[in-house]
Amino acid sequence: MTARRLTRGALIGSALLTATFLLLPVMVIIPMSFSDSSMLQFPPQQWSLRWYENFFTSPTWIESAWVSLRVALLVTVSSVVLGTLAALGLVRGRLPFRSLLTALVLAPIIVPYVIIGLAVYAVSLQLGLTETTVGFVAVHTALAVPYVAINVAAALFGFDRRLELAAMNLGAGPVTTFFRITLPLIAPSMLAGALFAFVISWDEVVTSIFLSGPQMTTLPVRMWSGVRVSVDPTVAAISSLLLLMTLTMFTVAGVARLVRRRRARPSVQEEA
Amino acid sequence: MTALTGSAAAPPEAPQPVGHARPGTRASWRERLALDGWGGLTLPLIAYLLVVFVVPLAIIFSRSFTDPTLGLDNYRAFFGSPVYLNVLVNTFVTALLVTGVTLLIGYPYAYLMTLASPFWRSVLLVVVLVPFWTSLLVRSFALVLLLGNTGVINQTLLALGVIDEPLALMRNFVGVTIGMVQVLLPFLVLPLYASMRAIDLRLVQAAEGLGARPAYAFWRIFVPLTIPGVAAGLLLVFIQSLGFYITPALLGGPGNIMLGELIVQQVSAVLRWGFAAALAAILLVTTMLLLATVNRFVDLRRHLGVDR
Repeated sequence: MTARRLTRGALIGSALLTATFLLLPVMVIIPMSFSDSSMLQFPPQQWSLRWYENFFTSPTWIESAWVSLRVALLVTVSSVVLGTLAALGLVRGRLPFRSLLTALVLAPIIVPYVIIGLAVYAVSLQLGLTETTVGFVAVHTALAVPYVAINVAAALFGFDRRLELAAMNLGAGPVTTFFRITLPLIAPSMLAGALFAFVISWDEVVTSIFLSGPQMTTLPVRMWSGVRVSVDPTVAAISSLLLLMTLTMFTVAGVARLVRRRRARPSVQEEA
Repeated sequence: MTALTGSAAAPPEAPQPVGHARPGTRASWRERLALDGWGGLTLPLIAYLLVVFVVPLAIIFSRSFTDPTLGLDNYRAFFGSPVYLNVLVNTFVTALLVTGVTLLIGYPYAYLMTLASPFWRSVLLVVVLVPFWTSLLVRSFALVLLLGNTGVINQTLLALGVIDEPLALMRNFVGVTIGMVQVLLPFLVLPLYASMRAIDLRLVQAAEGLGARPAYAFWRIFVPLTIPGVAAGLLLVFIQSLGFYITPALLGGPGNIMLGELIVQQVSAVLRWGFAAALAAILLVTTMLLLATVNRFVDLRRHLGVDR
């Protein structure tokens, strides 16, 4: 009995250390971003908002934030469309070389981003696609699309096709059935996939480093040059803002899940 | 979550989807290549990936044999130079160490998640998910602020009088390891927790009921059942470590460059395209071999669905 309690204590202790290790970096950056000094300090000697001001009043920072947002939104749309279609095809279709094609769809997850970046950069240089929205969107879509496909495919595997049969039996054509029955049922997974796609594009540094240049740069790449050369405290402010975004997203998702669970019948179990 | 090939319904030997499968009859070529309306929906993405992903990769690999001269010069340059071989060794050693440390701290964490009450379980889950969803760049940068000579940890220890001069926690092997473990830990914990959750804990109880000591039951019953999850998580972490760029570039020093950094350096600083392409080919082939090897023993696709 005491041995068991001891093990449990050790487990909890180690988990506490791990949790600190996981959260400390994210938590320390927020107070540091309010430092008045141009050297990042913890705890700050003098508090100020100057680095936030620096971000919001600097045309270059804001410009790259817009670039990132524009790219991420386009990537979200294109990867949701391509990924959903592919998932429908892979799960329901009759398809030659199925496992090969599945591997191809998943491959961008496995291949290191440095390699993808290098390969795409070489081609983009030839085609004049570096520093263009098209170039960024094209690459990020390839990186994001597997996650949409995975999410939607998971929904399709858990799908009760009798619902579609019932609709067709009641006189709905295939198109009506798809838009009235199938689509609403896979919509939550498409949304989850869209969220993934947005975050992947919004965060992506490695492939973007290759495609960026003085004419056009995404926010993460500008942050990257801001910490690479000398530590620019503006990056701490932006990081805190991004962190706030993440936490807001979590809270919203959590609340939405709670609401949905309240509405759903208690028998409906939800995936954690 | 159980990815595309949770198509446990369609095993690799029988590529036809459920409903079309006619056991006992050997499909003709015409039948094998048949594509129906649903299957056709896959084509836009396939075409897209061919253009944006496969063709560029093929081009870059061909360049590793043709740029600047036709032949194996780039590979010879790599394998003939101790400097570059060192980078390869360093990459593998770092990746192995990172993977090991990740398992060491990730396993107990995931195990505690399975034991905890629903409330604490979600707390533990959020602790893993928050960094998971936080930008990799932000986390690496935050680690710079923590580990640097004037960073939070050194300042605190100095102020407390524990140390007299700052510890070298960054710009070296230690920094890279700490950073990569911090970044990659969720990739182990999440699949591991998913696989642990699927284990029937009554099996362990049964072993204990039959007289096994708890530790014995844990090692003989629970741990073996988690091996597929462990293997998947380890592979995920290891493969990502091999190709890492951002974290080692920020936290590492000149003495411990990794392959990813070398690739970027060769293209952006010295414009040695062919050589960079050869490095990329070496990295990719290694990754694929690893994947294929582990795939023989573990159904990876079932476990790879969780990552990002």
